Amino acid sequence: MALDSAGLTIDDIDAVVFGSAPDAFDGIHMKGENVLDGCGGVGKPYVRVFTGGGTGVFSPIAGYWHVASGMFDTVLVVNEEKMSSCQPHPQSVFGHIWDPILDRPLRPNLVWIFAMEMNRYMTVHNVRYEDVAAVAVKNKRNAVAHPCAQLADPNITVEDVMNSELMVWPVRRLDISPPSDGASALVIASEDVVRKRKVESPVWFAGVGWNIDSTMWTDRDLVFPEYLANAAKMAYKQARIDDPRKQIDFAEPYDPFDYKELHHMEGLLLCEKGEAPRLTREGVTQRDGDLPTCPSGGLLGVGNPIAATMGIKVGELYWQLSGQAGQRQIPHEVRTGVTNAWGDLMQFSSVVVMRS
Amino acid sequence: MTAAGKAWPGVELTAQEFYEKVTAVTYRPEAKFSWSAGEAMSRFLAELKNGRLIARACRSCGRILFPPRMFCEECFRPTDAWTYVQDTGTIETYSISYIDLDARRIPAPVYVGVVSVDGASPKMGMMHYFGEVTEKTIRIGMRVQAVWKPPRERVGSVLDIRFWRPVRGVRR
Repeated sequence: MALDSAGLTIDDIDAVVFGSAPDAFDGIHMKGENVLDGCGGVGKPYVRVFTGGGTGVFSPIAGYWHVASGMFDTVLVVNEEKMSSCQPHPQSVFGHIWDPILDRPLRPNLVWIFAMEMNRYMTVHNVRYEDVAAVAVKNKRNAVAHPCAQLADPNITVEDVMNSELMVWPVRRLDISPPSDGASALVIASEDVVRKRKVESPVWFAGVGWNIDSTMWTDRDLVFPEYLANAAKMAYKQARIDDPRKQIDFAEPYDPFDYKELHHMEGLLLCEKGEAPRLTREGVTQRDGDLPTCPSGGLLGVGNPIAATMGIKVGELYWQLSGQAGQRQIPHEVRTGVTNAWGDLMQFSSVVVMRS
Repeated sequence: MTAAGKAWPGVELTAQEFYEKVTAVTYRPEAKFSWSAGEAMSRFLAELKNGRLIARACRSCGRILFPPRMFCEECFRPTDAWTYVQDTGTIETYSISYIDLDARRIPAPVYVGVVSVDGASPKMGMMHYFGEVTEKTIRIGMRVQAVWKPPRERVGSVLDIRFWRPVRGVRR
């Protein structure tokens, strides 16, 4: 699909970048090689990049620097995740990411720490649960027009979220994105190629950034993602953005949990700390609001095939900025969008700013 | 099911059917790992067996690093000295888990969270269980103390602390 949309064939591609989350989901170590042939990487410069849950927006950054360095004119980025192979639930695989001495003896479930982060965020900023649940409602409704949507629901209400099964307080089932299978692909080309081939409505990488905090996650305040603010500042500097609230038209923050959209809006410096719940309540983040947020439907509505969420995040920036989002199209003109992904031990973020 | 499509091609499978009807390989790899704890964690574990918490001091930034490490990640230099910290602290955050490692329901919820320990630099602490609390009583900012296993049951593990409970009138 990506090659067809670019009017290219695999022979036109100079290099291939592959992204996927931990091997353990597929049960195949070195899965970069396992899926190589299907990625179109045979006989080409091919590399797998990995930044945990942040891979979805990191492999496009790697694709970008392949081209920006001048080494390649055309790069195909392919991301894949298959979580259904891991039975009874891929959650068990996350048990292997923990520090074996400090954390693993406690038999932690990964949702524990996200619930801890959500609780810290809600308590410090005095956030009402209804305002967090409103994010899940918005995204699951937005996802109705997404062809890959797994959990779209045009009629879902805040009450549905609040009454859903309690998983790890304060996180309920509908606060979490589902485990999913998926794949996505992206073609990145140099300005020369875009101009020579007279590509209609191209979308440009305006800025990229990534940043990581200490693995000692019990030593920092989880209320604000400093690493994301650092990554955003790096991307904004390159994109010559000094007032993100005014200069960014819409956002696709990473939303594996509903509170994460709020957390990431603040980390992306799109509002003040603790202000995102109010913007959500007032409708600012709706598709027709001043700052449309997750018009794709996000991970909460479309699904969470970890690295393949590139298609939901960077993909949506492309479709919105090139006017191809169909029923999901933001009704007013948008020229600049930002997205991020988040991963490792609640410590890493990758950021991409794109312009039409 | 998606809103975009009325039906998927094929048949939806349950986890049980995955085991029975799909090509599934079941094996237990003979992969045993013996991790080296390293200098800082070895002393940390030995002190847990003694019923004490220990940290490392960095003279450059003045921080008391807990859990201890032999390097300061901010100054990017070796840390300088061992120092004991208290087995009391403050709940920085917590969650209440109703599911296990495989995301299956468990009969009684587990209270877990991060305790910043007294004597270490602000916000420095560890993840652990909380006990003698209820969903009504537990709160961020609550003062807690470690409940240790009896000395002969300790093995040099974070589980030598059974859990952290609210601080009562009399300190240990």
